[in-house]
Amino acid sequence: MTPAVYGVLFVFLAPVFGGLLAGVDRRVSARMQGRIGPPLLQPFYDLGKLLQKQARQVNPVVEPLLLGHVFFMAVSGVLLLSGTDLIFIAFVFALAALFLVLAAGSVNSPYSFAGAERELVVLLASEPFFILMMAAICKVTGASTYAGVLASPQLVAVQLPGVLLAFLLVATIKLRKSPFDISTSHHPHQELVSGLTTDMSGRMLAYVELAHWYESALLCAFMVLLFNWSVPLGLLAFAIAYALEVLVDNSTSRAKWQLVLRSTWAATLVFSGGNVLALFLLSR
Amino acid sequence: MSFFSRSPWILHYDGSSCNGCDIEVLACLTPLYDVERFGVLNTGNPKHADILLVTGSVNERNIEIVENLYRQMPDPKVVVAVGACACSGGIFARAYNIQGGIDKVIPVDVYVPGCAARPESIIDGVVQGIAALEAKRKKTA
Repeated sequence: MTPAVYGVLFVFLAPVFGGLLAGVDRRVSARMQGRIGPPLLQPFYDLGKLLQKQARQVNPVVEPLLLGHVFFMAVSGVLLLSGTDLIFIAFVFALAALFLVLAAGSVNSPYSFAGAERELVVLLASEPFFILMMAAICKVTGASTYAGVLASPQLVAVQLPGVLLAFLLVATIKLRKSPFDISTSHHPHQELVSGLTTDMSGRMLAYVELAHWYESALLCAFMVLLFNWSVPLGLLAFAIAYALEVLVDNSTSRAKWQLVLRSTWAATLVFSGGNVLALFLLSR
Repeated sequence: MSFFSRSPWILHYDGSSCNGCDIEVLACLTPLYDVERFGVLNTGNPKHADILLVTGSVNERNIEIVENLYRQMPDPKVVVAVGACACSGGIFARAYNIQGGIDKVIPVDVYVPGCAARPESIIDGVVQGIAALEAKRKKTA
């Protein structure tokens, strides 16, 4: 199959993957709390209901912005799998998140606004890492495309264990898991009403959910980049990482934004930066 | 197919309840009753909610808040009055600051009796609320 076909497949299969992952997450979380939990397909039922429900727009600009959020989240995946330069993906990924910030910031609710500001902070915390990660992967494998990295004889995770460690930390932000879910709060832990999504109802909220499913699939694709020898190996690594995220989510309380920013920057600098520096010094 | 019956999201508001019913509402979320099995979520945000669960009666100070929460919920929406106070004002009905049950302010679809209402009857009330939600959706669709 050509890379373009993978890109098209991503558009249709990533939401299925992300939705199922959210379903597994809710069930596993419930079991950790001694409950049975919702059906596996619950996230899809929720999405269906949100699409059937009335959507109230406080500001008419919210819907186009949220559609942009979903669009660019899907486009990052398509570009990644169809062989665009990896560093470019990191920027498109950031652009997608920026659309959500704009949508949440364009309404009057102070909760939504506070959520938008916090989302900017977590973007600030996570973006340097993603750019460094992509640059390091390109450097180690000598390839700058997804297919190129997968074809490389070097196993990236062995060369870049520090980057892998920092990825696990930063993924907590992107997967919106406690203690780093400061910009939005999922239902079990309410704060700021619902943060970013406070003023979004009906299909507006459905767009946010859908974009998050694309985001989860994209993070899984990033994990495959780190375990580039085989796709099943990458998927297994992602499953283990996600199980750890769920465990952390259920056993920690939400951090303040200062801690989120400091810890992710420290991890980016010490683990990823140190890793890249060590490789540079060893290769001299 | 409608998804409302599979994913009713709830907003819980405490009017002037003694907290007895509120504890029972929260008990529904605990491992013993675990209403999330049926897709029920406690949202805490009127704009995400389908069912407004109100405990306690309406007093002079919270009329505006109850009305505001109800107005902020997108259609279709259903109100479930939980406990004797929410249904009729209960033992506080004749107090100087009490207006009476929730239906004095907003339309109530389901009345759940009890002092305090038991978790089983609250869940039953929500199930009846889902039926009312479906009926309203069909009317608007």
